[in-house]
Amino acid sequence: MTQATTGPAAADERVARRDPLRRLLVRPELGALIGAVALFVFFSATADAFLQTSSFSTVLYASSTFGIMAVGVSLLMIGGEFDLSAGVMVTSSALVASLVSFQLTLNVWAGVAISLAVTLALGVLNGLLFVWTKLPSFIVTLATFLMLAGANLGVTKAVTGNVASDSIRDMDGFASAKDVFASEVDMGGVNVNVTVFWWIAFTVVATWILLRTRAGNWIFAVGGNADSARAVGVPVARTKIALFAGVAFCAWFSGMHLLFAFATVQSGEGVGNEFFYIICAVIGGCLLTGGYGSAIGAAIGAFIFGMVNKGIVYADWNPDWFRFFLGAALLAATVVNHLVRRRAER
Amino acid sequence: MTALVKLTGVGKDYGSVIALRDVSLEVAAGQVVCVLGDNGAGKSTLIKIVAGLHRHDSGTYEVQGEPVAFSSPRDALDLGIATVYQDLAVVPLMPVWRNFFLGSEKRRGLGRLDVDFMRRTTRDELLAMGIDLRDVDQPIGTLSGGERQCVAIARAVYFGAKVLVLDEPTAALGVKQAGVVLRYIVQARERGLGVVFITHNPHHAYPVGDRFLILNRGRPIGYHDKDDITREELTALMAGGAELEQLAHELEATGSTATARALDEEARTLGLTDD
Ligand SMILES: Nc1ncnc2c1ncn2[C@@H]1O[C@H](COP(=O)(O)OP(=O)(O)O)[C@@H](O)[C@H]1O
Ligand SMILES: [Mg+2]
Repeated sequence: MTQATTGPAAADERVARRDPLRRLLVRPELGALIGAVALFVFFSATADAFLQTSSFSTVLYASSTFGIMAVGVSLLMIGGEFDLSAGVMVTSSALVASLVSFQLTLNVWAGVAISLAVTLALGVLNGLLFVWTKLPSFIVTLATFLMLAGANLGVTKAVTGNVASDSIRDMDGFASAKDVFASEVDMGGVNVNVTVFWWIAFTVVATWILLRTRAGNWIFAVGGNADSARAVGVPVARTKIALFAGVAFCAWFSGMHLLFAFATVQSGEGVGNEFFYIICAVIGGCLLTGGYGSAIGAAIGAFIFGMVNKGIVYADWNPDWFRFFLGAALLAATVVNHLVRRRAER
Repeated sequence: MTALVKLTGVGKDYGSVIALRDVSLEVAAGQVVCVLGDNGAGKSTLIKIVAGLHRHDSGTYEVQGEPVAFSSPRDALDLGIATVYQDLAVVPLMPVWRNFFLGSEKRRGLGRLDVDFMRRTTRDELLAMGIDLRDVDQPIGTLSGGERQCVAIARAVYFGAKVLVLDEPTAALGVKQAGVVLRYIVQARERGLGVVFITHNPHHAYPVGDRFLILNRGRPIGYHDKDDITREELTALMAGGAELEQLAHELEATGSTATARALDEEARTLGLTDD
């Protein structure tokens, strides 16, 4: 009998008992999922317009524009870093494509390609600056945020004499690029923006990378404990640089949507959005300290963001309250995440 | 037979701090070499050199007869030198199986992880070392300190380590858990691995060690085979000759002459005093 209490059988019982609860609690997106369902029920009950399919399509569109960025930002956060330049980088990317195509009278697809190269280079630069200076990414990207915000305005004014870029609506390739980045798809009578499908695709790919590839393992490891990761042979610097490049890729995609949705770009746009991306990721269960989170969670976070953003309008409330609700959701999410992490680490 | 790892007259400075001077060490297959010393003696510095985290400033470092100068832990790993660090052995929030394969993930084409294989292998390897984990998906942070060390050791053994370097694996553990880790050290030796076991506890070192290197303020103050030294001598040596003498003087001053003489005597027999 005494044997049994100290043998493996006893250890098994203990594991089995705490197993199901822990399994559930350690899912990073659980809190966000509950929050999303609660908000959905709430707005359905208070705002009649909310349940109309066209309104729902609008909610999904709002969610997708932030959700695409939240994919890259959440992977970076799981990898333990922030990118405060993400918001203005979207604008930079759109400006590069627009100014290059217009000034050189190129097919817009050439501008799209050049913008991809430039934006990825910006992301890699963020990563390299972070690796070289060994400063917190918060500081490094705060610096690149300010520089990009200034350059967006400065370059645009110098080139066009205006704060907005010239319209590229009539240029070669615009129609096909709009199809890819900013068209509406008819889904049984309801128009759904193509970004919604891209958002889902990005989230699926990111989830696959995180959970089923070596790169995903490395992302969790460099965010969870960079020293341990390095000691077992994970290329920490390379992984982090790739994550900054991933954010840049999402920024490029979002920038292309912006450009082909409106044909012209306001150079001062994007400032402040970086926090919304981070908020989506955090509401979705990413820990600010890194090493924990999910792309699906970030997608749910973006969906919550979209629901609150549009739900307030459908409920006929003053939209000024949007930030208030967002703040409350953020607070609730962080408290839940904190509890989850304590449980996971115990 | 050539030593797996051989350090000769190795030294290391951190700026103006002399962390290590003139340290020599040899580990052969199936041998446990214990490195003992008080806090700040330079033990961690020594193993960081062996592990490839730091490069030595003087002396030579040979692996199986070939001089080496590692630029990253990966280089050392590739030569079969695996290091288990006290604090940075694992990523606490990651599942046990992901930790087990971290940095050496098993893949099945296209970068896809072979999750089933890794889960199964982790469970089996741990079972072979006497740890029965039903749920290898739990975050490794939920395991006890001893279990975590054992996972790290099992991992190193599984990935074909020839030399296992353990930095104070027993320091934070209770008596029973320390016992589990010590048993693994013996197991690793029986499998033919060379082990460098760092500790400041002579009672942990003596039962498992074949040879003992004692460091004090970055310098070696003793390098003995087990036959040459008793547990008591090892303990006394660990405490350091100077401290022992000082203690003798203090005791003398307070009147415990008999004890003081005994300590003095012991210091002399150990060759710790100048005369
Ligand atoms: N990275 C470092 N920079 C400067 N000094 C260091 C560093 N690491 C260790 N030291 C110093 O080197 C000496 C030896 O330290 P260490 O090897 O950690 O000893 P131990 O592991 O035996 O406690 C100590 O005086 C310590 O303060
Ligand atoms: Mg130490």
